[in-house]
Amino acid sequence: MMASKESESLAPGGGGLAFWVVGFILLIAMPLLNVLPPEDSWLHLSDFSLNRFGKFLAFAILALGLDLIWGYTGILSLGQGVFFGLGAYCMGMHMMLTIGKESVYGSDLPDFMVWNQVKELPFFWKPFYSFPAAVIGAILVPMLFALVFGFFAFRSRIKGVYFAIITQALALAAWLVFNRNDTNLGGTNGLTDFKQLIGYRLSDPGTQRVLYIVTVLCLGGAYLLCRWIIRSRAGRVLVAVRDSEQRVTFSGYTPANYKLFVFVVAAALAGLAGMLYAPQVGIITPAQIGVLPSLEMVIWVAVGGRASLAGAVLGAVSVNYGRSILTNYFPELWPFILGGLFVVVVLLFPDGLIGIMRKMKERMRMGKAAAASEGKR
Amino acid sequence: MTEQKSFQNSIIYLDAVTVDYDGFKALNQLTFMVNYKELRVVIGPNGAGKTTLLDVICGKTKPAAGRVVFGQDKELIGKQADEIVKLGIGRKFQAPSIYGNLTVWENLDLSLKRNSKGVFPTLLGKSTAEERERIAQNLETINLKDYAHTRAGSLSHGQKQWLEIGMVILLEPSLLLVDEPVAGMTDKETEQTGRLLQSLAEQRAIVVIEHDMDFVRQIARTVTVLHEGTVICEGTVEKVQADDRVREIYLGRQKVAH
Repeated sequence: MMASKESESLAPGGGGLAFWVVGFILLIAMPLLNVLPPEDSWLHLSDFSLNRFGKFLAFAILALGLDLIWGYTGILSLGQGVFFGLGAYCMGMHMMLTIGKESVYGSDLPDFMVWNQVKELPFFWKPFYSFPAAVIGAILVPMLFALVFGFFAFRSRIKGVYFAIITQALALAAWLVFNRNDTNLGGTNGLTDFKQLIGYRLSDPGTQRVLYIVTVLCLGGAYLLCRWIIRSRAGRVLVAVRDSEQRVTFSGYTPANYKLFVFVVAAALAGLAGMLYAPQVGIITPAQIGVLPSLEMVIWVAVGGRASLAGAVLGAVSVNYGRSILTNYFPELWPFILGGLFVVVVLLFPDGLIGIMRKMKERMRMGKAAAASEGKR
Repeated sequence: MTEQKSFQNSIIYLDAVTVDYDGFKALNQLTFMVNYKELRVVIGPNGAGKTTLLDVICGKTKPAAGRVVFGQDKELIGKQADEIVKLGIGRKFQAPSIYGNLTVWENLDLSLKRNSKGVFPTLLGKSTAEERERIAQNLETINLKDYAHTRAGSLSHGQKQWLEIGMVILLEPSLLLVDEPVAGMTDKETEQTGRLLQSLAEQRAIVVIEHDMDFVRQIARTVTVLHEGTVICEGTVEKVQADDRVREIYLGRQKVAH
């Protein structure tokens, strides 16, 4: 068991049992609670709740990627919303094309094109008639985009706050481009009014249940992928880049290649998250991919706990759950709550919720030990 | 033609190297040479260009003029830092630069010389028994046997310095560059570091930059004195300390004078 010994500083707690317990709850218990109990039972999980939870879990996939690049490698990207958007739009375009004659105007073209007097389907829409092309595109397009952008950024040795700023500029630019009607992606209103996905009605709770299960499986896969990366030697190089990039360079590595790798992986996970988000939420607009959503994603990871994969998932789910509760009661206060949360976490709990849980566990263990020694006396 | 002869034997040879920082010449037509398996100490007042000298050799700083030759015929100018590492030059930095969030063992494991340090081979790589053996031996050498699975960030200052030396040795350099290794160390640690460097010099050339004259006396065979980017004196400790120009430069600096 040499390998596990070597990686102990990186995978505290291991989390083997927790992985299966959480997996069981998400994958089996929750859908069963949705299907089995009668609707008036207190055990019943409504279609709305399950669907909403599916959305949070899609966000958690994105948070895992952001944690790889920010938590482990120490590179703050404020542009993850862009990759999320690329994935969501790829799937959204496919679903727009399958609306067909059901649309308001009854045309083969999406409604907004008819409205904008576009006569022919733009060339870049055509591949998205195919569902497999949409799935592959939702992951590959963000990856390619990250590869090109990251190649130039990391080769030019842009790091720290400068990298954060240019990725934020990227988010702003993407938001502006997607907002334009000339881009032919639905402008400010985005893509919506989806009807079906590979023949299944999106309004059917059964379809949404399947989408939820697919999301859970993707999250599990993404988690295992990230854990595999983190526990490999390359994962330790990522932490080493964060701790002392100079030493990494003078140990014979090229840090820029490692950064590019992790940036591309994070983009792929963000694209996957977007792809799962669009059919579950039923709409994707530029407002969901710009500067503000990209910042919120960073807050998810900060709240959950940087450099902990479980923390990233926990942060994405809990912040979004809090958001969906609180925006019901005080919609105008949410930005202040979110901002305040970020400040409190950074100042008081730098290791986030996971850090707090670890401390409590530690305290309980110490309490037990104290009680045991008390008992002996 | 003694110079020609010694150039043939040198592991590193700098020929008229100039480094210009916006008009300030950190190195000025510097010529410097170290032989195989030599332990060389470089001293000089602040701003003499000592660290710049190491920066030029390991590829961190590009000189404006001159040649840097490693071994018989390898020109280093224009090469990237990671290529220079692969040729066999290791650098230990002044402030301990280690990976504080990894264990001592992991720090050493990442530093091991390997055929490829690209992303994918590293992602898939598994350590072999032979590699683990080498890390275990290295832990003995640097006196950190009991700390293998300690977070490197929680080591003492002196232990961090040793760890970094250990990391650099695992790259199997034939030339080791060490920048002020004993700054901030206790007397005992300083002495242990001296013995460590001397034993390492049995198998490779080492260039050490140092301020602490007691330490220099402990380890030095040949000392080079830098001042304003050029070599002003070279020889044994006694010769250097007796030199008038060296005394002049260090006037008021008690370390050399006593």
